[in-house]
Amino acid sequence: MDFFNEKHVAAAKELLYKMADDQLIIGHRNSEWTGLGPLLEEDIAFSSMAQDKIGQSEHLYNLLHDLGEADADTVAFTRNAEQFHCCHLVEHPIGEYDFSLMRHFLFDMAEILRFESLVTSTYENLAQIAKKYKGEIKYHTMHANSWIQQLSNGNEESKARMQSALNNTWNLGLGIFEDGPHEEALIESGIFKGEAALKEEWLKNAIPLLVKAGLTIPSESTWNPVLGGRKGHHTEHLQPLLSEMTEVYAIDPSADW
Amino acid sequence: MIKSLDPRITRANLDADKQIDPLKHLDQFQTYEVFHQKKRGQQHVHVGIVHAPNAEMALLYAKEQYARRGITSNIWVVPSENVTATEYFDDDIFATTGEKTYRDPGTYKVIDRINAYKKRIAKNQN
Repeated sequence: MDFFNEKHVAAAKELLYKMADDQLIIGHRNSEWTGLGPLLEEDIAFSSMAQDKIGQSEHLYNLLHDLGEADADTVAFTRNAEQFHCCHLVEHPIGEYDFSLMRHFLFDMAEILRFESLVTSTYENLAQIAKKYKGEIKYHTMHANSWIQQLSNGNEESKARMQSALNNTWNLGLGIFEDGPHEEALIESGIFKGEAALKEEWLKNAIPLLVKAGLTIPSESTWNPVLGGRKGHHTEHLQPLLSEMTEVYAIDPSADW
Repeated sequence: MIKSLDPRITRANLDADKQIDPLKHLDQFQTYEVFHQKKRGQQHVHVGIVHAPNAEMALLYAKEQYARRGITSNIWVVPSENVTATEYFDDDIFATTGEKTYRDPGTYKVIDRINAYKKRIAKNQN
């Protein structure tokens, strides 16, 4: 990516860090359901998707390594919470399955749009990754949407649970699109179309599906994106997650399996 | 509560003494038979079943149960109840088919020519 100037490289790094950190953390969170899922088939599907996310994050960390950052394992396993750029949505504990499903829906709806738009990125290595993984993420959105439609049209309890999960995750979902310091550079270089544009598209795509499920979108006057994650300000849930995730690495950094 | 070396299990606050009520008869998802096609144009091969509330979710599960590794181009799911099968107690209808080797394509006259062709190809490659 030698045709980009230094500012563009910094912008690309910012984009890669937040994408990769989101994927690593939500992947790890969702893997906490392994063995505890509501039914065997769902347990396997949810676990596979969690693995997918961690796999995607590795590819992005490798791109960061190409841009001069430390290698993927070091980046993933040796940073503290304040060095992470993930949004708050992905950090929260798994809660009940309704919460995890709604988070999965809101996150992957954003993820598929992000990857689809990155297919035409001027940053070719990133465009290649986007092309390769957008199908995988499409499946994640199909899975999420099926569950949302299914449970929201289920019985009174399931509908009430999905509505309350939506109410609890909506502002966290809006927090995915927190601006970084390099938005302009990302847009002008053609690396990425920017968080504001992505958010508009997300609203346009996610809302009709939620409405179709019979859910009520929180009133716009209450919209209040939960910000800070992209700048290293996190919930109290992130550091314990990182400590648990890095436990083996901390004991033996050369461990391999 | 169940205490485990796996912190996820401990966090889940699972009641060790809780009685699990057995499912009532048929109080469960229906089963779907899953057919997997490796490449376009090839036949779909039966690979197993999934439980799901509807066909759409059966496809989603079939993808992860039977197509999460290797090559796939297409998956079918069919409600198991729609399968019509022979009865095992009628399996004597197949009793003699094993002997009818003259119906085996390996005994067609053309097999000599196929083998000769294969031999020729192998020889040319060496």
